[in-house]
Amino acid sequence: MKPLAPISNGARVTLGVSFFVLFFAGWAVATLGGYVSATFLADPITMVKDGWELITEHGFLFDIGVTIWRVVGGFVLAALVAVPLGILMGAYKPVEAFFEPFVSFARYLPASAFIPLLILWAGIGESQKLLVIFIGSVFQIVLMVAVTVGSIRRDLVEAALALGARDRGILGRVLIPAAAPGIAEILRLVLGWAWTYVIVAELIGSSSGIGHMIIDSQALLATGQMIFGIIVIGVIGLISDFLFKAANRLLFPWSLA
Amino acid sequence: MSKLAIENVSRVFPPVRGGAPTRALEPTHLAVGDNDFVTILGPSGCGKSTLLRLVAGLDTPTTGRILLNARPVTGPGADRGMVFQSYTLFPWLTVAENIAFGLREKGVPAAKRKEVVATWLERIGLTGFASHYPKQLSGGMQQRTAIARALANDPAILLLDEPFGALDNQTRALMQELLLGIWEREAKTVLFVTHDIEEAIFLASRVVVMSARPGRIKADIPVDLPHPRHYTVKTSPEFSALKARLTEEIRVEAVLAAEGH
Repeated sequence: MKPLAPISNGARVTLGVSFFVLFFAGWAVATLGGYVSATFLADPITMVKDGWELITEHGFLFDIGVTIWRVVGGFVLAALVAVPLGILMGAYKPVEAFFEPFVSFARYLPASAFIPLLILWAGIGESQKLLVIFIGSVFQIVLMVAVTVGSIRRDLVEAALALGARDRGILGRVLIPAAAPGIAEILRLVLGWAWTYVIVAELIGSSSGIGHMIIDSQALLATGQMIFGIIVIGVIGLISDFLFKAANRLLFPWSLA
Repeated sequence: MSKLAIENVSRVFPPVRGGAPTRALEPTHLAVGDNDFVTILGPSGCGKSTLLRLVAGLDTPTTGRILLNARPVTGPGADRGMVFQSYTLFPWLTVAENIAFGLREKGVPAAKRKEVVATWLERIGLTGFASHYPKQLSGGMQQRTAIARALANDPAILLLDEPFGALDNQTRALMQELLLGIWEREAKTVLFVTHDIEEAIFLASRVVVMSARPGRIKADIPVDLPHPRHYTVKTSPEFSALKARLTEEIRVEAVLAAEGH
């Protein structure tokens, strides 16, 4: 191994997969070998069996669907508010001066701490779940987008000015396209965080969703089901990450060329 | 009536953290005639780029005024094309889209844009690269595109800030010939900032020498080498004489700058 030396695609995939194999092997040895009690940790085979049962007999696919809808719904709402605001803050310093201190403060308010309050305000229905994710994501996106837009190379802006671009042209034809790949990357990152918030929201006062299933399984000491739920979240995260990356490659070929 | 008139223009940068204000440019007068190719030669930090940025409207003079076609410069605009030392092509646009940027901003219809872009692609020898992204081009190709992008706007004056500074020597020489060829054919007014003496002479109809900081114009030397100029002119006795003279002028300033005066 040499620092920063590239590796072939095949080697990359093999190494990536082999960690998963090792992980599962370690888990199987610990549980099937009797080193860990089944009460605390189910073995992989039980996990798969429990998972299959969840899907076929307990309508777990519906729970997965509900959770995905909550994450995507809350996240899209947050992005719709945060991306334009972040762009304006990055582009116009007075707008930034107005919002930045509050957003920086609000960013540190833990979304999960709002859950009791949100239940009071919005009940235990869908709007409360969406709000948790919205609060958890919106301030992060605003700040990160503002920084990305604000740090666009000055000489590109000057080049556009010298070509006769005015305010709208600078915003629409320089700042936004230049920041777009960075914004997409921010959204990919924050979507990952949104998944943590949704599970927390579903652990409290919920009657459906992956988080609800996990809490239900705890009452039954069904560690196989709990682990299956967690793994499902991981797999969905992996898929959404992959989709995001593919979309970025398609939308911004210039940043990779 | 000169095309560009720089009247008593100075630039003082405000002090940073209680230090003294920086006098980047002493009150300067300069008149550039129509179709003149003026190179501004000076050591680094002599305020030559500051002067160019003032003309471009990217910076505001502390005193004095700048007139282009008798109209005062108040900000950046499409009547002054600018080529920077750093690569400033828009990385998300193709070569053709980069060249068309200013035209689109002006609202020129697509058909006309296409026509202008095709002309300029041909002039800079990049017809086969129309749909390449800047990242896929060499430094020389990028700067050629930047020149075409500025000229496609048909500006009253072309401003170049050490545009070939980052290129290797051979590419630089070819770029000089290309630019000179365009100037000879298009008859444009050009203001070109450089610290390279040979480049300053080869391109110019006039070389303006600037002193070390605080910057001011210390010599204004006409270059009477005939046009069209061939690269072989660089080895002619007239060229050598000019080069010797400018080397002396610039050396004093470089020594001063190095000593920190």
